[in-house]
Amino acid sequence: MSRALLSRLSRAVSFALLLALSALFLIPFYLLVRNGLATDPEITAPNWTFVPHTLHASNITELFDDPTVPMTQALWNSTLIAVLTTAGTLLLASLAGYGLARIPYPHAPRVFYGIVATLMIPPAVTFVPSFVLVSSLGWISTLQGLIVPTLFSAIAVMLFRQYFLGFPGELEDAAALDGLGYWRTYWYVVVPNSKPIFAAVGALIFIGSWNSFLWPLVIGQDESSWTVQVVLSTFSTSETVDLHELFIAAAISIVPLLAVFVALQRHLVAGVNSAGMADWD
Amino acid sequence: MQRRHLWFWIFTGPFVIGLVVFSYVPLIWSLTLSFFDAHNTVTPKNFVGLANYAAVLKDPAFTASLGTFVLFTLFIVPATYALSLGLALLVHRQKFGRAFFQSVFFLPTACSYVVASLIWRLSIFNGVRFGLVNSVARAFGGSSVAWLSTTHPPLYWLVIVTVRLWLQAGFYMVLFLTGLTRMPTMLYEAAALDGAGPGWRSFRHITFPQLRTTSVAVLLLLTISAFQAFDEFYNLLSNSRGYPPYARPPLVYLYYAALGQGQDLGIGSAGAIVLALVIAVFTIVQARSFRLGEKHP
Repeated sequence: MSRALLSRLSRAVSFALLLALSALFLIPFYLLVRNGLATDPEITAPNWTFVPHTLHASNITELFDDPTVPMTQALWNSTLIAVLTTAGTLLLASLAGYGLARIPYPHAPRVFYGIVATLMIPPAVTFVPSFVLVSSLGWISTLQGLIVPTLFSAIAVMLFRQYFLGFPGELEDAAALDGLGYWRTYWYVVVPNSKPIFAAVGALIFIGSWNSFLWPLVIGQDESSWTVQVVLSTFSTSETVDLHELFIAAAISIVPLLAVFVALQRHLVAGVNSAGMADWD
Repeated sequence: MQRRHLWFWIFTGPFVIGLVVFSYVPLIWSLTLSFFDAHNTVTPKNFVGLANYAAVLKDPAFTASLGTFVLFTLFIVPATYALSLGLALLVHRQKFGRAFFQSVFFLPTACSYVVASLIWRLSIFNGVRFGLVNSVARAFGGSSVAWLSTTHPPLYWLVIVTVRLWLQAGFYMVLFLTGLTRMPTMLYEAAALDGAGPGWRSFRHITFPQLRTTSVAVLLLLTISAFQAFDEFYNLLSNSRGYPPYARPPLVYLYYAALGQGQDLGIGSAGAIVLALVIAVFTIVQARSFRLGEKHP
C-alpha cells in the first residue's frame, strides 16, 4: 500500500474514532435532558426508550412549584455567590497583580513569595481551619461566610502578574506624560486594554464558584443558604428520589455555565493554558 | 519614593490582608487547635500535646483513607493522562471538525462533580434494571449489577474513576493540544527525511519528549487534585444512613471527623496538618523524580 493511501486511511480511522468518542462524551448530557423531560415510570421502565414519547416540559414548572425543593432560592444564592465572587476576585487579584508587576517596591519579591507559598497548601486541606475561623466570626449560613473567604485567590494574582509583566510599557508611559498617576493609569489605560485576561480568569472563577461543593456544604448549614449544588446533592443522596425533578433541576443548573462556556470558550481555553502551566514555566 | 511604596500597598494591600486573615490565620489557629482537646469549641483550654496526632495516626480509618488515596491515584492519574493525551493527538491531526471535537471533549469541564455524580449514580450506573450500563449488559445477555455497593470485586471504583475521567480529560487535553501546537514542525520534517513517517516512531522519539514540560505539569496537577477528591465520593456513595465503610478518601475522613457528630476540631486539625505534610512530601518527591529523569534521558 502506498504511503499516501495509508495516511488517508489512518486519518479516516481516527475521524471515526473521534466521532465515537464524541458520542460517548455526550451521553451524560443526553441522559440529563432525556430523564429531565420524562416521567418517572418512563425513566425506570425496563425497556430503554431513547426519547420519551411526550416531552414533559411541565417538569420545569413542577420543580419550581415543589415546596420541598428550595430550587428558586438555591439558584438565587448560587448566582449571587458566583457573580460577587467573580467580581471581587477580579478586582482584588488584578490590583495586586498590577502592583506586583508594575510598581517598584524593594520588598515586592518577598510579598510575592508570601502569596505563592499559599499555593503549596492544598485548599481542601485548609477547609477545617477556615471553617473554624468562619464559625467563630459567626458567619455560618451567611452570604459573607460563603463568599469572603474564597475571594483571595493566589493563582489569580499569579495570572494577572504574569500578564501585566508583559503589558506594553509605552501605553503607561504615554499615560504618565498626560499626568495620570498609578490609579488612573490603571483604570483608564490598563484595564480597558486587558479584557482577554479578565475574561479568562473571570470565566475560570465563575465556573469554579458555581460548581464548588465542599465549602457551601460546610458553611451553608441552614436551608436558606443552600446553593444549587448542595440542593442537588441533598436530594440525590436522600432515600426517596423524585427522578424527573432531580434531573431537570440538574439540567437547569448547568445552563448558566453552558452560556459562559459558549460566550467565552476562546478565553477559557487561554485561561486553562495559563492556569495549568503557570507554576511550571 | 515613599509615595511609590504607598501606591504599592494601595494596590496589593487589600489582597494581602485578606490572604493573611483567610489563609495564614486559619492555618496557625488550626496548628494550635491540633495540640488541644477541642470538642465543639474553637477556643479550647485543655492542652493535650501530641495526643490528637497519636489518635489520628492510630485510627485505622485514617490510614485506610491514605490507602484509598494511593489506590485512587494509581487508577485515575494514568487513566486521565492517557485519555487526555490520546484525545489531543487525535484532535490535533484532524483538519476537519477540529473545533467541534475540541468543544465536545472540553464541554464536561462546565459540569460540576455533583451533577456528574448524580447522572452516574442514578442513571448510568444505577444498580437496578433501568440503569444504562445494566440495560446494555442485559441486551447482550448479561445480568444487572449493583455497581456502587459491590465490594467483592470492588466495582465501585469503575464508577468513581469514570466520573472524574469524563470531567477532567478535556481540561488536560487542552493543555496537551497547546503543547502540540507549539511544537516546531521542523522536527517532523527532519524526521521524515530520516525515514520516520507519522506514526509510533515519531511519537516515541519526537512528540513525547517534546511534551515533557506539559506531561510533568499534568501529572503533578492530576495527583494534587486526586488528593483533594471529595465531591464525587460523597455524592456517589453517601446516603441518608451515612457513608459506607469503604472508599473513604482523606477529605471524606476529615469531613466526618471534624464536622460529623463528634465535631472534634482538635482531631480534625491534626488530620489536616498530617495530610498537608503528606501532600507536600508527595509533590516534592514527584517533582524531584521528574527532574532526576531530566539529567538521564
